[in-house]
Amino acid sequence: MPLLLRTVFKTRGEAIAFGALLLLILVIFPIFLPVFRLNLVGKYLTFGFVAVGLVLLWGRCGILSLGQGVFFGLGGYCMAMFLKLEASDPVTTSIQSTPGIPDFMDWNQLTALPTFWEPFKSLPFTIFAVFFVPAAVAFIIGWALFKRRVGGVYFAIITQAIALILSLGIDGNQGYTGGRNGITDLRTLNGWDIRSENAQCILYFVSCSLLFIVVLGSKYIINTRLGRVLVAIRDREDRVRFSGYNVAMIRTFVFAFAAMLSGLGGALFVLQVGFMSPSIIGIIPSIEMVIFTAVGGRLSVIGAILGCLIVNWGKTTFSEAYPDLWLYLMGGTFIAVVMFFPNGLVGLLDKIPTQKGRYSQLIARLRKPPGSPSPDEDEALPADGTNNPSIRSNEHQ
Amino acid sequence: MGEYTNEELQSILIMQGFSGLSLFSVLLLMGLGLALIFGQMGVINMAHGEFMALGAYTVYYCSTLTEKFAPAFGPYYFVAAIALAFVISALLGALVEWLMIRHLYRRPLDTLLATWGLSLILQQSYRSLFGAREVTPTLPEWLMGSFAIKEGLDIPINGVFVLGLSIIVTAFLILFLFRSGFGLRLRATVQNRRMSGAVGINTGKVDRLAFALGCGIAGIAGAAFTTIGSTGPDSGSRYIVDAFLVVVSGGTASLLGCLASAFGIAQAQSILEFFLDGTKGKVATLLVIVLALMIRPQGLFPSKVRGH
Repeated sequence: MPLLLRTVFKTRGEAIAFGALLLLILVIFPIFLPVFRLNLVGKYLTFGFVAVGLVLLWGRCGILSLGQGVFFGLGGYCMAMFLKLEASDPVTTSIQSTPGIPDFMDWNQLTALPTFWEPFKSLPFTIFAVFFVPAAVAFIIGWALFKRRVGGVYFAIITQAIALILSLGIDGNQGYTGGRNGITDLRTLNGWDIRSENAQCILYFVSCSLLFIVVLGSKYIINTRLGRVLVAIRDREDRVRFSGYNVAMIRTFVFAFAAMLSGLGGALFVLQVGFMSPSIIGIIPSIEMVIFTAVGGRLSVIGAILGCLIVNWGKTTFSEAYPDLWLYLMGGTFIAVVMFFPNGLVGLLDKIPTQKGRYSQLIARLRKPPGSPSPDEDEALPADGTNNPSIRSNEHQ
Repeated sequence: MGEYTNEELQSILIMQGFSGLSLFSVLLLMGLGLALIFGQMGVINMAHGEFMALGAYTVYYCSTLTEKFAPAFGPYYFVAAIALAFVISALLGALVEWLMIRHLYRRPLDTLLATWGLSLILQQSYRSLFGAREVTPTLPEWLMGSFAIKEGLDIPINGVFVLGLSIIVTAFLILFLFRSGFGLRLRATVQNRRMSGAVGINTGKVDRLAFALGCGIAGIAGAAFTTIGSTGPDSGSRYIVDAFLVVVSGGTASLLGCLASAFGIAQAQSILEFFLDGTKGKVATLLVIVLALMIRPQGLFPSKVRGH
């Protein structure tokens, strides 16, 4: 066990931060919060899955995707389709002109279930689809783009356009997808009522445990050779390519992995909230997911999850009380984070000088010739800009 | 398409093509500003749509003030309002560059996020200052009406005006970039920033002017926009993705590419919207652009400029 801990957490500080998060989410919230609020926290935590993916993708690998809402939505829609089919059995929908199909299809004069809905009658297929559909879509997009060395801003804009396409596409096909209202009125999962307080508690703990597995897994990836290659790609893409690594494949893999995590988050979101709609996967929610990550800290998995909790909590409390001020606050926080603490709130902790840190910095300074870059890998983010791979990669073509 | 006769089809294509030209004008003006800023500084301005909305609001306020205090000036105010829209947006642009953008140069992804924060703030400001409902300025008489070219084929005057406006702005921009001292310095900075600094060009000042100019053109786009649709706090954000796609698919920093892709995107959208319905036409257009970008990511006319 200590060996495993050492592989996952590099420093004692990280292990303590993880322990504190564990305590907060698994003990303190369930004891002190009423079920309604606990359910809200559970909803915030489903964005944590997206944030963990973004830490790997954006913080570690330097690729900013503004389309993570797409994958969140794909996972969510897979789950919602299964739940909707279960909620529209022929007995409950007997007043419809075609019983046995979801109500919105009946309103749109569809007389049979569309073919692509058929497989979602099976739970195992749905669970498979929650992981596989987002990953496959991301793999295709990623492979097409990374193979041609599209990165940085171009990638961000293209993924943003994809988010727009998907949300408009779902919006415009009301008969097949529920349109703007989305898929609503979801009741049971394999006969188990997901709306009861008991079920909401259980689902909360299920998504917490899955999130912790994801956190540990991601931390493990970060600390392995793959994690170091990711950082190397972020900082000096061409050198990694010259060293014989298949940069496009590694990026595609990380993109697909992040998409898979987002899809899982989306499915858990649907289970806890009970609906899915295109408003959750469009451009603005996709950028908001990036904000959660940036505010918490784009380099730290735990920081990103804290960011999700803090920003969403702020959004709920402030937008209830001062709906006008909230957008100013959100915009202002975001500008401040980007300009003054690019590593987010967690990055602030690194600024606190510790006795040990001071010595090691001094030693590092003595060892390195003057003028060479800082030894701290967090400092070597695109912050100095000179080695930013994003825009250069395109200009080299 | 089977149910249309050949002649009807021709009329539809001309009509839709012409209404596509209005969209083309707005997209072109948006895209020119974005391309200028992106090409010059590598800054992605997500708040560009809000600068456009600012231009549109300027025209609206000019229109209400004219109606209130100088109704005789009514027929002419629009031209002055366009100039004012340019000036106000450019001033705000210069302020934003000084406060925010200049600290973020060469961090394109971060400028993207920071300017998105700015766009949130601006949108909320518009909502508090001008109200949440959509507004339309009173357009002068001479902008109303249409030419009837032949039976069943009317060309609206405001469309012609907007098209003319965007052609004039593009021509001015080209003259400015290729025939003026500032344009020379700007192109030099884009090509080699360090060398330009070494030969005595104040690159910081060039950056600020370029950013202000880009934002000012967005303001003109907003003024043009008022003749086509009504303005609300979030009208800018409705065009921002399209404008980015114009810039990216044209090949960044290429004026010719911007022109060509704005034309292509606007026409495709306008014609497809007629045959499919609204959103489907838009989805089809966006899909085609994204697929084209996957095949040819450098855009139509890639710039040959080496890295900075």
